[in-house]
This record gives sequence, C-alpha cells and structure tokens, in this order.
Amino acid sequence: MATLQDFKTEEKSWWCPGCGDFGVLAALQKALVKVGAEPATTAIIAGIGCSGKIGNYINSYNIHVTHGRTLPAALGVKLANRTLRVLAVGGDGDAYAIGMGHFMHSLRRNADITYIVMDNHVYGLTKGQTSPTSETGFHTKTSPQGSIEAPVHPLMLAVAGGATFVAQGFSSWQPQLADLIVRGMEHHGFSLINVISPCVTYNRVNSYDWYKKTLVNLDEDPTYDRSSRARALTRLEETDELVTGLIYQEASTPYEEKIPGFLKTPLAHHDGHIAQEAWDALLEQFE
Amino acid sequence: MIAWKIGGDQGEGIDSTGDIVIHVANRLGYYVYGYKSFSSRIKGGHTHYKVRLGTHPIQAATRHTDILVALNQETIELEGSELQGGVILADSAFSPVLPPGLDAQLLALPMTQMAKELGSGLMRNMIAAGASAALMGLGIQPFYDYVAKRFGTKGAEVVKANQMALQRGYQALSESAHTLKTTWTLTPPIPADRLVMTGNDAVALGALAGGCRLMCGYPITPATDIMESLVKWFPSVGGAVVQMEDELGSITAAIGAGFAGARAMTATSGPGLSLMQEAIGLAAMTETPVVIVDTQRGGPSTGMPTKQEQSDLLAMIYGGHGEAPRIVITPSSLEESFEDGYEAFNLAEIYQTPVFIATDLSLALWQQSIERSYVQNPVPIERGKIVKTFGSNTSEPFQRYAFTADNISPRTLPGTPGGQYLATGVEHAPSGKVSEAPENRARMMDKRLHKIQSIHSRRQGFLVQGPANADLMLIGIGSTAAVNREAAQLLQQSGIAAAVGWFRTIAPFPHELFASATQGSLHILVVEQNATGQIAQLIQMQGLYDQRFATLLKYDGVPFLPEDVAQYAQQLIASSMEVTH
Ligand SMILES: Cc1ncc(C[n+]2csc(CCOP(=O)(O)OP(=O)(O)O)c2C)c(N)n1
Ligand code: SF4
Ligand SMILES: [Mg+2]
Repeated sequence: MATLQDFKTEEKSWWCPGCGDFGVLAALQKALVKVGAEPATTAIIAGIGCSGKIGNYINSYNIHVTHGRTLPAALGVKLANRTLRVLAVGGDGDAYAIGMGHFMHSLRRNADITYIVMDNHVYGLTKGQTSPTSETGFHTKTSPQGSIEAPVHPLMLAVAGGATFVAQGFSSWQPQLADLIVRGMEHHGFSLINVISPCVTYNRVNSYDWYKKTLVNLDEDPTYDRSSRARALTRLEETDELVTGLIYQEASTPYEEKIPGFLKTPLAHHDGHIAQEAWDALLEQFE
Repeated sequence: MIAWKIGGDQGEGIDSTGDIVIHVANRLGYYVYGYKSFSSRIKGGHTHYKVRLGTHPIQAATRHTDILVALNQETIELEGSELQGGVILADSAFSPVLPPGLDAQLLALPMTQMAKELGSGLMRNMIAAGASAALMGLGIQPFYDYVAKRFGTKGAEVVKANQMALQRGYQALSESAHTLKTTWTLTPPIPADRLVMTGNDAVALGALAGGCRLMCGYPITPATDIMESLVKWFPSVGGAVVQMEDELGSITAAIGAGFAGARAMTATSGPGLSLMQEAIGLAAMTETPVVIVDTQRGGPSTGMPTKQEQSDLLAMIYGGHGEAPRIVITPSSLEESFEDGYEAFNLAEIYQTPVFIATDLSLALWQQSIERSYVQNPVPIERGKIVKTFGSNTSEPFQRYAFTADNISPRTLPGTPGGQYLATGVEHAPSGKVSEAPENRARMMDKRLHKIQSIHSRRQGFLVQGPANADLMLIGIGSTAAVNREAAQLLQQSGIAAAVGWFRTIAPFPHELFASATQGSLHILVVEQNATGQIAQLIQMQGLYDQRFATLLKYDGVPFLPEDVAQYAQQLIASSMEVTH
C-alpha cells in the first residue's frame, strides 16, 4: 500500500503562501492513499495555470498539457489503458473558458475520469484577470470597472449537462474535500469535483473568511436528495452554488465500457496482431 | 485502355453504377482508376463518375473519354467534348440531342422504359451498366457475379432483379451493336488478385495492421472515410473510434493515448490541421508519439472542401509557434499509403514525435487497383525505446528526457513501477522537471531537433524512376507524383528521356538523397497543386534549387492531367533549347 510520502515529489511548491491550491494538493494526496492508489498506476493530467502546477508535486505519471485540454488528454490516457486511475486537474479558466467545449462533452461522454477544478474565480498565473466564474462587478486588470458579464455556473451546467457525479469542495475543509475526491474516484464514470481554492493574491473578494461565512455543507443536510437532477438544480439555484458536498450522483456505465468490442486489457500492451482470417474477411469489401 | 464515364444528377445512382463497373473490371484483372466530380451539395446538381481501365497500372485521371453514359442532356452538353470519336449512350427518355460539332456517336436506349417494365425506375443504372458491359466487351457474367456478391445479403430477389436489369441493358446494346461506328476490344487481362480501394482505405488498413487501436477525430472532408472505416473495423480487433467535439480535442486525446502507450491517431484536413497546431507542439515538446493524417484540400479557411490541393505542406512542417520537430511522410500511391499507414506509428514511437501522413484529396478519395499481396498482415511493428522494468533499486527518479547518443531517451508507459515522470509542454530538465536554465534549454532544443535526422537511414526520403541522366525530371508528392509518372511515360513516347522523382519524407528534408538523385537531370520541373510553390520553397531553403529547376503550379481545385503536364514539359524543354542555340 502506498503512503502519503509515496505520492510526494522533492519539488518545492511554487504557489504563493496561503494559496488554496496547497489544500487541494494535500487532499488529493490523502484521497489517493485512501483509495489504495499506486503512483505507477495513477495518471494525472494537469492544465495550464497556477493550478496546473499540481502535477509537479505528485509522484505519478503526469502529463501537463496545453491550456484547456486536460479532458481530451485524460480521455486518451484512459482509453489507452483502462487499468489506470485517471485524474484531470486544472483551473477555472482552463475548465470553463478555453476548455468549456471539452467540459460539456466530457460530462455526456462519461468516461471514468475524475476531474478536479481548482476554482479561484480569477486567472492566477497570468496575474489577475477576470475568469468565467468571477462574479459580476469583480474588479481585475481586464475589468477595471468591474466585470459586466454574468458568471458561469459550473455545477448547474454539469447537472444539466448529463453529469453522473457532481460535487463541490473547499480547500480549507480538508476531510470533506479528501472524501469527495475519494468518492469521485470510486464513481464509475465521469466525476466533477469543483474545488473552491482561494487565490490570496488576486482575489480579495472571495476570501477564505468570505467562503467560511457563506458556504453551506450539503453533506450535513440529511434531507437533501442527491439522486434527483431537478432538486440538485433547484438547490444550486437557490444557493447560488455556494454549497459543498456531493450534489448529484447516479449509477452509470462509463464510456469505455460501452464501446463495441473494445479491449479490456490496456491497448498500451497490445501487440497489434490481427488474426489472418479476420484480415481476409476485412479485405473482402475491396474485392 | 478505355475511359468510361457516367453522368447525371447527383442522387441518381451515378456512384453505384460507377462502383459496379470499376469493381467488375478489377475482378476481371484490369487495372482500374475511378474518380468522381463531387461538390459539397448532397443532392441535385450535375455529377459524374469516370473509370479508366486497362492492362497497365493507372494512377491518374485523363481528359479523354471513350464511352459516355448520359442520364440527362446536361451530361452531353458538359462532358461531350471529351469524346472525340467515342460513343454517347443515352437514355431515350430525355430525347437526347447531339450538339452540333460534337465528334461522337449518339446511341439512345430506352433505359427508363426498360426499367419501368422491370417494375422499378431505380433499375435504370443497372441497365446502363449492362449496356456498358456489352459496349466494352466485358461479358455479362462477371457483372452477375458481382451483383450476387454485393446484394447477396439483401436476398435472392434483389439479386435477381438487378441481374435482369443488367441482362436487359446488355441485350439492348448487343442488338444495336451493328450500328456502332467505334468498337472497343481490350487486350485480355492477365488474371490477378487485386483489390479496389482509395488512399483513405489504404491508410486506414495500414494503421490497423500497424497496431493502431484508437482513432480520435472530428468529421471533415476528405478525411472522414478513415474514421468511418475504422469505426466499422475496430470492433473485431478491440479498438475504438471517438468522435470528439473538435480537432483540439481529437489531437489532444490521441496525444494522451500516445503518452499512455497506445498507438493512436487522428485524421483531418486543412481547417482541422489549423486547430491542431498548438497540440502538435505539445507532442513535440513532451516527446509523445502521435500520428496525424492530413488529407489536403483547397484552402485557406473553408476554401474548397471537395477540391484537390496540396497547400498544407508548410503548415504541417512549420505550423504552430516555436520550433517543434515533426516528421512528414508523403505517400503517392495506394501501396505507399498502406505502407505509411503502419510505418507512421513505428516512426512516431521510435522518434517520439508527431508524424504526419500528408495525402491529398485525389489520392485519398479515388479508387484504384492494388495487388492483394501489398496489403499484407502482419506488418513490422517497432515500438522504440521503452523501459519495461526497473531493478529493485527504484529510489532514483526516472530520467525520462536523458541525453543520449542518438538524442532519443527511453520512455516508460504509465503502469510501470518506478517509471513515473512528468511530461510537460514547459521546457524541462532530463528528469522532466521544469527548467529554464539556458544551457539545458539549448541542449533540449538540439536533442529534439536532431533526433529525427536519422530517419533518412531508415527510409528513402526521395525516390526516382527513370533514367539517371534524364532530359527532364518531374518532381511531385502525393497524387501529383502519380500524375507525373504517367506524364513521364507520355514524354518517353515522344522521345524525351523523362524521369520522375517523388518525396517519401518531406520533413526532415532528405537533403543528400535529393541532391544526388537530381544531379544528373538536365531540367527539373516541380509540379505542385498550390499557388506558392511550397515544395520548390523547401528545395530553395536547402540551397538546392538551381537554374535547372522550374515549377508548374495549379490551384484551381482541378487535379493535374498527365497530358497537360507532359505538354508543359515539352514546351519547357523546347524553349530552353531555343535559348541555348
Ligand atoms: C492558448 C493559451 N492562451 C493563453 C494562455 C495564457 N494563460 C496561462 S494560464 C491562463 C489562465 C489561468 O487561469 P485558471 O485556469 O483559472 O488557472 P489559475 O492560474 O487561476 O489556477 C492563461 C490565460 C495560455 N497558456 N495558452
Ligand atoms: S496567484 Fe493566486 S492562485 Fe496563483 S499561486 Fe498565488 S495565490 Fe495561488
Ligand atoms: Mg483560476
């Protein structure tokens, strides 16, 4: 069994002191240990942003892709080797701006991938511009008068978009976050865990204190029914998505299990051999 | 050799009639080449399908037509001029008229009426095919056999109905054969075991044989067939096709799969290639194998989606930001398409870099004969440097990007204990860790750019056919190389010692081979389907474009014809003689 130490690298974290991303990293490493993951069979696909640096600090097979493209890369990894535990990790810009197309289609495709979005409502790496989750009126370098656009609501989008697992965590609430990531990894199919991960440098509005005051923990609400899309949407609408916990889950068959005739063993180890009869049968259409 | 053509409105079964003629002729042992005019319209509008058949390999179109099957008057008006002494076989239902001055014999058969008598107007095409069989002296039995095979699954009645229609057409023509001024007697073919397929088919079969088991794509003409073929074939061999949301996703998914050790590909055309550029840099930077087929079409932007062009070469070689090494291979025949279809995966894994298979619309879509023995399985599969296990002492982090003598670093596939590493598009040290140290940066750039150079000892990047000391060498890639081969034959017939040269690898450029192979030629004509002479530019960049070189460019969407290339070459030689005298 791998330990927490096994999932660490020697590299020093590059994030600003106090950045929410530290908490996401810690919870992810704890969750990996808890589900019994092994570094060699874990693949982490990270995006571009402060958040995307996370792969540098986890000992596993990591690919750090272009901005916004973690999900297609994760799909490729998963299809190449179904025995791997595949996680995609990136920021809110990566997920809901440049990567929005892949996000929506990954929801309905439902491959067995765990997607952790480190949502700080701002572009951190490029030093503080408006993000798709920034609130209207949010002041940044690209919205000096305050953002005039409505924010994206990723959780409602996910529920409406056909997601089979939708959760939200908060980087300060470690046990719950680690638990949500565990449940996401254990879910058969695509799981979205949007994580509130405050940027202490470029977002003074959505601060730790602000979240601690406003976030409601759904996991502590015994009346909440997480099996209904309609009720999930209603609750998210009522709370303006300021909730944590498992929001929606439904049993599902992952994409890769539905592909006709698709190999269960890793394609990566396939020798490419085709039986002669199969080849001859194939050529018949050209006769 | 006979050139047979059928024309009519799109949606009238022109394609299926052409398919029957081409397949039957091929089964008889003739070499065939079949091409269509087609447009982005789905239904309606004039369309035609032309089949050349003969006893020698045919790889290109031609202007001349011997037999024109006309299903409407428009076909006679638009295509009649190709005839020069041939026969127009027309449906009397539209009261065909031979326009004045047209050098052809018009033979009207009541095709629609015969079809109606058989109970279905749809049978008109079969009647046309039967009549064509009689006209070309092909015999009707092979057509019966083919129809039995093709429609066998639809039941005996369907087969019977089609055979009856074939028979009616055959008989009707035979009865009026005595009125024909021209008849054709093809040299009997030497029986052979050949298949009919397109370049897209050949690439897809090559990929399949080469162990590709994942195709991530987004539909685009003229590449879509590759996806559609693989989606049909993969279930029997355990592979998967994913129709992605766009080409950004397609290429990135293929790269993810390559990172994880699968042989994965995508196939696209111009607009998709543009969207893939950033990811190609990622694959080059992370040294991840990936195969991209670009079936070139008319660009830029949406350009001419259903028209022939070869204008993506520089985009494939240099596209995207920064300086990212990639291999670009260029098949020019079905045989080479199949070979490159699997070899691309070997190259991608050996060199750990993106590999393009650069084809073009004409090569991708038009059907030709190919010896079955060329399309063999199994094919050589080489996976390059992969570390499968580590000793018990795995405490040292794996150096994924270690500097080596051949600049290729051993890689590990996810799942291998002790081989974990970070693959990042950010500049990195041998360990994979991010590094912007100047010395490391320069070494890493050199490593990536140099590692692909040894490809030239693995495959011949430039091939030549014909005399070493040629009066003229025609140079091209893709379908244009095939046009050049026929043009060279025409030139040889008029006493010019013509050779053809074609690229098999255009990036990295096969400098030495190209220099030596072109050395003995007096004149060199680079024939390309683009407006800016992209191959010529590449030759210039190598410092090899001297006064012997000239270019022949075409960018109107219409493929080159061998006779036009030959004529231009003849003029070129003649005019240069005037200068020297
Ligand atoms: C194609 C492309 N466009 C722009 C950039 C510049 N860029 C890097 S990170 C980033 C935004 C990051 O924001 P987010 O995804 O929220 O991550 P964070 O830094 O906040 O964690 C941008 C625009 C890029 N790397 N690639
Ligand atoms: S800029 Fe913000 S998101 Fe980036 S490391 Fe600093 S605190 Fe974290
Ligand atoms: Mg952000």
